[in-house]
Amino acid sequence: MNYLDLLKLAAPEVVVVVTALVVLALGLMAQRGTGICSAVAAAGLLFAAAAVLMLPQHATLFGGMLVITPLTSLFKIICLALAFFTVILARGESTPRNRGEYFALLLLATIGLMLLVGSEELLMIFIGLELTGLSLYVMAGFDKSDPRSAEAGLKYFLFGSTASAFTLFGLSFVYGVCGTTGLVAIGQKITGGPISPLLAAGIVMTLIGFAFKIAAAPFHLWAPDTYQGAPIPSAAFIASGSKVASFVVLGKIVLVGFGPAHGSAAWHGLIAGWSPVLAALAALSIVIGNLVALAQSNVRRLLAYSAVAHAGYTLLGLVAGGREGFGATLFYTTVYAFTLVGAFGVVALVRREIGGDDLSHFSALRSRSPLLAGCMAIFMLSLAGLPPLAGFFGKFYLFSAAMRAGENHGLLWLVALALLGSFVSLYYYLAVLKAIFSEPGTDNQNSEPSSSIKLDFLQELSLTLLAAGIVLLGLWPMALVARIAASLP
Amino acid sequence: MAHLISALILLPLVGALFMSIARESHARGIALGFNALTAIAAFLLWRNFDTAAAGLQLMERHAWIPTIGAEYLVGIDGLSLLLVFLTSLVFPFAFFAQRTGRGFCALMLLMQSALFGTFTAQNFILWFLFYEMSLIPAFLLIKIWGGANRDRAATKFFVYTFLGSVAMLLSFLGIYLAKGTFDFAALAELGKTGLLTGKMAWLAFGGIFLGLAVKVPLFPFHTWLPDAYESAPTGVSMVLTGVLSKMGVSGFVRLLLPLFPHEIKILGPWLLALAVCSIVLASLAAWAQSDLKRMIAYLSINHLGYCMLGLFAVTASATRPLAEMQAALSGVFMQIFNHGITAAALFYYVGLLEQRRGLRGLNDFGGLMQCAPLLCGWMSVAMFSSLGLPGLNGFIGEFLIFKGSFALAPWPTALATLGLLFTAIVFLRAMQALFSGPLTASCNAFPDLKRSEKWIVVPVTLLMFALGIAPQFAFNIFNATVIQMARLFA
Repeated sequence: MNYLDLLKLAAPEVVVVVTALVVLALGLMAQRGTGICSAVAAAGLLFAAAAVLMLPQHATLFGGMLVITPLTSLFKIICLALAFFTVILARGESTPRNRGEYFALLLLATIGLMLLVGSEELLMIFIGLELTGLSLYVMAGFDKSDPRSAEAGLKYFLFGSTASAFTLFGLSFVYGVCGTTGLVAIGQKITGGPISPLLAAGIVMTLIGFAFKIAAAPFHLWAPDTYQGAPIPSAAFIASGSKVASFVVLGKIVLVGFGPAHGSAAWHGLIAGWSPVLAALAALSIVIGNLVALAQSNVRRLLAYSAVAHAGYTLLGLVAGGREGFGATLFYTTVYAFTLVGAFGVVALVRREIGGDDLSHFSALRSRSPLLAGCMAIFMLSLAGLPPLAGFFGKFYLFSAAMRAGENHGLLWLVALALLGSFVSLYYYLAVLKAIFSEPGTDNQNSEPSSSIKLDFLQELSLTLLAAGIVLLGLWPMALVARIAASLP
Repeated sequence: MAHLISALILLPLVGALFMSIARESHARGIALGFNALTAIAAFLLWRNFDTAAAGLQLMERHAWIPTIGAEYLVGIDGLSLLLVFLTSLVFPFAFFAQRTGRGFCALMLLMQSALFGTFTAQNFILWFLFYEMSLIPAFLLIKIWGGANRDRAATKFFVYTFLGSVAMLLSFLGIYLAKGTFDFAALAELGKTGLLTGKMAWLAFGGIFLGLAVKVPLFPFHTWLPDAYESAPTGVSMVLTGVLSKMGVSGFVRLLLPLFPHEIKILGPWLLALAVCSIVLASLAAWAQSDLKRMIAYLSINHLGYCMLGLFAVTASATRPLAEMQAALSGVFMQIFNHGITAAALFYYVGLLEQRRGLRGLNDFGGLMQCAPLLCGWMSVAMFSSLGLPGLNGFIGEFLIFKGSFALAPWPTALATLGLLFTAIVFLRAMQALFSGPLTASCNAFPDLKRSEKWIVVPVTLLMFALGIAPQFAFNIFNATVIQMARLFA
């Protein structure tokens, strides 16, 4: 293995690294040239996506440190696309200071995500986690003029670093028991039957770290403050990109690495393993997320608690296990991520134009900008899981995978809970719609007459693209489902 | 002619998209234009439909999402065709009832497309997609253009219906995992021998029952309805009661009754009791209303209760004389159509009264006969039709239902006749309060029917008479389907 090969196989990552450095330099040189940083960053992401397409189908480097399969390629492209939309989102933000640094951090976080997705080795995964995490901590606290942003950054950092410590500790146990850090090799070492206490501790601690990343209850406490306080593009990326990559890796770790220690989360047949742990996390997330979201009056906090609930739904697929379950998880988390980027895009515009992101600021949005109102309605209804939108089929796949798993519909309790949860969730998504479609002047708290919101072409295009994508994926889910199914081993 | 049904579903959708580039003042004209096109499509559908043959016709089948057993499968039988006709009649009627803008028309057309889809889809996933798709426009229409309580009513309507759908989805998921198909025809075939067994069967039955009972609505799942119908603007109320409520009834016919014959037989008496409660209690509740819209809303529950009585009597009774079952089923189908036309007409008239007076309480009017004789006369025809006067359309359906059900389930049917009595009281009292007596001072300048309104009222009233005097025309459409279904349930 020579370095030229490595360079070829890691070409997308290299492109993003170079772009990050260029953007940083540009940001330092042209203090006022704000447009150029975002343009370069976006172009770099597109180049990187093109580079991913040029990669060979399968390759393995350094015993799994860098793995290329159709699955990793697909999700690298998805992460790059999410970063791309985040760049467009950040372009319109009104915090011009240190723009270059911001985009550079965003690109670094993207590299972390790509490493996470494209690795089957515990150490590399941890490095990816940390690279993503450290970039995102700074991005969350980037708005120095806003104390809320500082709070968001600090909270995210403290929770995140503790969770990372747990993960690392857990990984060390796993290494101690198995003597290897490659996921495939670990899978061969762990046999069925009773799990040793040391390994159990290792597994649980590893899962805690990921539960933090995906904001599953009870490790979700950072999410509301971070989603609300961080600059909106940062929040969008934390909620979308970081979540997608975390689910991909979590799936790989539990299904490939810890596969034999699956256990069972069936109602009357609980067997120790990682799936009861995930099932408990899922159940807690669904209940807490949905119930607390009901009481929110700030749209970003509402999205944060709904994110907790969605993490719970998404875990269902992993609890079910198998190709089908993993595929359902991947489909759902992808759809969710794009929906959320879109929703944050609308929130960002509303915040910029009306001056806040409480529910009352959304009132009568329809009369100000029908496009924004329509897009937001599609995003909210997709999150609520209404057909014919993509969110419906995402939930459908997840729930049918969970129903099918195990003998005698053992996971029915979890599915019923999730369905009940998604029913409850409808109420708070409707609350957003209610505000948007209310008449101007009736329950509008701002006294100034409502003016229409002007969007520039790029924002209009990107929001329309996202909304159209959600509708099309709802009408034709096979487009993505078939691709994910084909890429799963 | 192969893609006629798809054309029917797509035309309103195209219309809805077209609204985005149309001029605000042209919106209603364009909506009516697209309705004319769908009416032509419905007419062609009828020309190509073989009324003598049983089973689904003009089927279209395309692969859609094979991994979850979803395909694009549409087809019509007599019942579907009847509902398609009903939809094509009520929607233009509703558009005429209201001055509207682009957004309103676009949402109405979207709802129309969803309804055509629901009535013709033969695969559960496709059906469910359309079923839910009708929900969003209905919610927004009530939310944006509704009356005083619109916020509460819209949310209540949406949340209620959605709970039902969620339960229904879970049930069908269970059925799919057990049997591996979402195809209605295949499921009905499997249903003859029992689709599921034990606890799963009851869970699945409960979920689907809940979903449909909310939609119809059946007592005690009806509490969303008066609020929603009261708050919705006139045109939307007409569509809600005329067509949307039929989604539930046709759902019972297509989804629940053929799939769970065993469970229904065990629960039969209870289901009949629910139907009787719907009939009697709703008519009593209507008696107690002073708001005309609420009154008609409760009577709507009452009229759909007759449909449910007929259906449950057919499927749940122990004795099964084929002729009586056919009578009851014909009555149910007839009632579906008649109620759609009559209730929409009643809401239309209430809309006219409200336009002229600004209020719609029972006691806000009086002596209208003196200043608006035409309006009163035509409106009474609709009221008489609704209370089931022979010679008008309402009578045929109710008579057949009672004739058939009495032989199958005598006691519940006998109790249900109380509903007829109360309905008559409610309407006579309303006529008394509105039309006769001294002219109320505030109604002095009460204009009679305008020319444009006459053009709408006359054809609808003629249709009521036509169906009442020569119903054979409508029976021909669904006769073969009735015979086939009666055999299926026997």
